[in-house]
Amino acid sequence: MYNPTVARLTYRALLGRRRALILFLLPAFLVLIAAAVRGFNGADDQVAADVLGGFALATMVPLIGVIAGTGAIGPEIDDGSIVYLLSKPVKRPTIIFTKLIVAVAVTMVFSAVPTLIAGFVLNGNGQQVAVAYTVAALVASIAYSAMFLLLGTISRHAVVIGLVYALVWETLFGSLISGAKTLSVQQWSLALAEKVTGDGLIDSEVGLTTATVLLVAVTVAATWFAGHKLRTLTLAGEE
Amino acid sequence: MTTLHIDHVSRWFGNVVAVNDVTMSVGPGVTGLLGPNGAGKSTLINMMGGFLDPSTGSVTLDGQKIWGNESVYRQIGVVPEREAMYDFLTGREFVVANAELQGLGAKEAQDALATVEMEYAQDRKISTYSKGMRQRVKMASALVHQPSVLLLDEPFNGMDPRQRMQLMDLLRRMGAEGRTVLFSSHILEEVEQLASHIEVIVAGRHAASGDFRKIRRLMTDRPHRYLVRSSDDRALAAALIADPSTAGIEVDHAEGGLRVQAVDFGRFTELLPQVAKDRGIRLLTVSPSDESLESVFSYLVAA
Repeated sequence: MYNPTVARLTYRALLGRRRALILFLLPAFLVLIAAAVRGFNGADDQVAADVLGGFALATMVPLIGVIAGTGAIGPEIDDGSIVYLLSKPVKRPTIIFTKLIVAVAVTMVFSAVPTLIAGFVLNGNGQQVAVAYTVAALVASIAYSAMFLLLGTISRHAVVIGLVYALVWETLFGSLISGAKTLSVQQWSLALAEKVTGDGLIDSEVGLTTATVLLVAVTVAATWFAGHKLRTLTLAGEE
Repeated sequence: MTTLHIDHVSRWFGNVVAVNDVTMSVGPGVTGLLGPNGAGKSTLINMMGGFLDPSTGSVTLDGQKIWGNESVYRQIGVVPEREAMYDFLTGREFVVANAELQGLGAKEAQDALATVEMEYAQDRKISTYSKGMRQRVKMASALVHQPSVLLLDEPFNGMDPRQRMQLMDLLRRMGAEGRTVLFSSHILEEVEQLASHIEVIVAGRHAASGDFRKIRRLMTDRPHRYLVRSSDDRALAAALIADPSTAGIEVDHAEGGLRVQAVDFGRFTELLPQVAKDRGIRLLTVSPSDESLESVFSYLVAA
């Protein structure tokens, strides 16, 4: 199910592109904000939760998920170089699964790790806030990667659609319309974070069981569908 | 022995028919797929390479269906026309990756790079390569598993004459080894020099098949139709039909001229002005009336 060569090509493509700069800039920005808040405000559990919830989980994780998830396959399909993977005796679902693993790993490294660091900077992991949001970021990394990998497989406009989802749906509608909150990776992962801190600092709109089921369902369904799409992907000629 | 069978294959994109009921077999040796740009060559090669499913009909390799069957790639090597190819890798890294995806390793990759004479630049990034160098690295990536079938889409595009010669030698060698080599081109001379067998595709249809002598003959000896206007159409018609180079003449009132069908192209082109001169008839118009086909074939012959 996992092909090391596909993985190597994928992460080198991901980290070698100019877009990858955002992968470094966003986490750096988060840690910078955390340091500034701590410097001006001192350690405060609620402020720490607000910063991690408002910037790290609501904005940074989905953005990095979009870059890693769509970037793991979209450009290869766009420019046609995927032909070198497809013209090999390698099962198409193996290609998708491998790319998912790479996208998840990249998203985790560039979102969960800085979240943990920022959490410690903000309040020294008081009330487990840093760990809670790190768990949420880890879980969200998996679901976002799977969703955006699928998006990269089916659409040439994956980045735009992904950004609209991440910023408009998750951030804007997610905070305004209650129905949208139930269908939000952010809220599902918050359900886990809530469980970790457990004293009202973090609040999710969905229950833990629902959240877990939805996270698993979305990840599995998106990955399966991406594998299916790749199996029937046609490469039109330039004629 | 490996043979590709294309059986009553059509492929359409929306309302556009790119390939129209094509049936052909491609066996060992070098076969050229000849046709003008936009004739459907790439669509056909993409179907043979398993990157496109036929709308109707079947494409098989020794009885195995190609579409949706990854295991055929143990036998097929593909050299795509498109340039994109992991430019951030070096040539060597790229070919090694292709070898690994075939279950092979660095040694096979090195052999393939030697075959295309790219060892001297193998440690440079692909983004720094010229078009010809890219083409050779693409070749190496397709040859790495010694495939019995090699499909190449417009492989000579952008190559300088020396690189072209080298690639032709390589493909000839592979054909002589009993591999099935199929390449597409829109240039007749290229195909003639290399292919022992030619398949001609025009406007999505399989127009002709045979060795280059047969194809040349087909292109020059087929009946030619002309619209001729003169100072005395009926006298000219009587004189032309007396000669065996003309098969039929019709008086076309709407056009105000003669529709002439010539079967011997060379003889007719000498006869017409001669006859007119002898009888004092002035020729006002002589134009080929099957313009579209004419242009396609003259293009193939002249290009």
